[in-house]
Amino acid sequence: MKTADLIRTLATGAGPVMPREVSQRYATALALGSLGAVAVVVSYLGVNNDLVALSAKPMFWVRLVFAASVAATAFVALARLARPGVPLGRASAAMAVPMLAMWALAAIVLALAEPMMRSMLVLGSTWKTCPLNITLASIPVLVAVLWAIRGLAPTRPVMTGATAGRLAGGIGALVYTLHCPELEAPFLGIWYVLGMAIPSVIGAVLGPKLLRW
Amino acid sequence: MGGIEERLRGPWLAALAGDGDAYASCLTELAAMLRAYFRRRLTRWPDEVEDLVQETLIAVHNQRHTFDAGQPLTAWVHAIAKYKYVDLVRRRAGRDALHEPLDDDVAAFAASDHEAADAKRDLAKLLATLPDRHRRPIECVKIQGLSVAEAARQTGMSESAVKVGIHRGLKALADLIRRQP
Repeated sequence: MKTADLIRTLATGAGPVMPREVSQRYATALALGSLGAVAVVVSYLGVNNDLVALSAKPMFWVRLVFAASVAATAFVALARLARPGVPLGRASAAMAVPMLAMWALAAIVLALAEPMMRSMLVLGSTWKTCPLNITLASIPVLVAVLWAIRGLAPTRPVMTGATAGRLAGGIGALVYTLHCPELEAPFLGIWYVLGMAIPSVIGAVLGPKLLRW
Repeated sequence: MGGIEERLRGPWLAALAGDGDAYASCLTELAAMLRAYFRRRLTRWPDEVEDLVQETLIAVHNQRHTFDAGQPLTAWVHAIAKYKYVDLVRRRAGRDALHEPLDDDVAAFAASDHEAADAKRDLAKLLATLPDRHRRPIECVKIQGLSVAEAARQTGMSESAVKVGIHRGLKALADLIRRQP
């Protein structure tokens, strides 16, 4: 087939492009993925009985904003990575901001704490299970987001997969707060970050395999 | 460089809104740009140029919903072309062959080359290997130039099945090209 014939073939009956196609794809993926994460946390881990009491503490909301801002900054970067020729720009630096803020807060909390208390602030009572639980909650989101990106055109598959994992980790952590009793910044800065890093690594490994086009 | 961007932008936006003639002329211009771009880079495999032009045009078509009206068309096409070039070089020779520096310079698109060589790979043969539900709608609508409604009548498929068949068929075609040795 000659190139001129191919062009005629492509152009005939091509029809208009739906301007909302990309945003609808994201909306579908995020809605289904988040529902999946809620289902995992509610059915497998259970909602924390003290949720109402926890929500009276400022750190409960700091924790929510932390997880939500990890997800939001990852989404901005992902939306750029999924379109050819759109530079990341400040989106990659923005992704570091929630982490750095939490680490700064954790450093202050640890510096001000009694030395005896420090290991408790870092380890809490659930450090062994927290990262894997966040990973578990993030899996449905990761699956849904990778599906959405497969319909787009990422030119940097490792980075795109890692960012998809970061977005999934942020939403997974956000939903995991329904269960998690830990509110201390040092705990969040280590175990939440680790829990969000695991899906990022999974995404980075899967990216080159799943995101080719 | 600014010339190509300005010249193509209006027709391209019209094409995305459904203007088939504008779309065909945009693809023709883009093909010429791609040909010049790949010809300069594929000095080791000159007979791959036309195949890569065709592969990239199919990618441009399949991914055209990822174009953002706020970005330069040349930057979007350049990123797709670079991705397809890197992909081809990896398929041909493994990672270590990629020693020639890849410029990120969108200005590389300033040149055009309208002299199409013959493609080595025959897309028509590749198309023939697709399953009926993809191949027949593509042949009717894209090659015979029938409307979707006419193609639906001729193939006995519903109109939405014809549209889905074309869309998936062109994706499948891109997959087939990628998997070729």
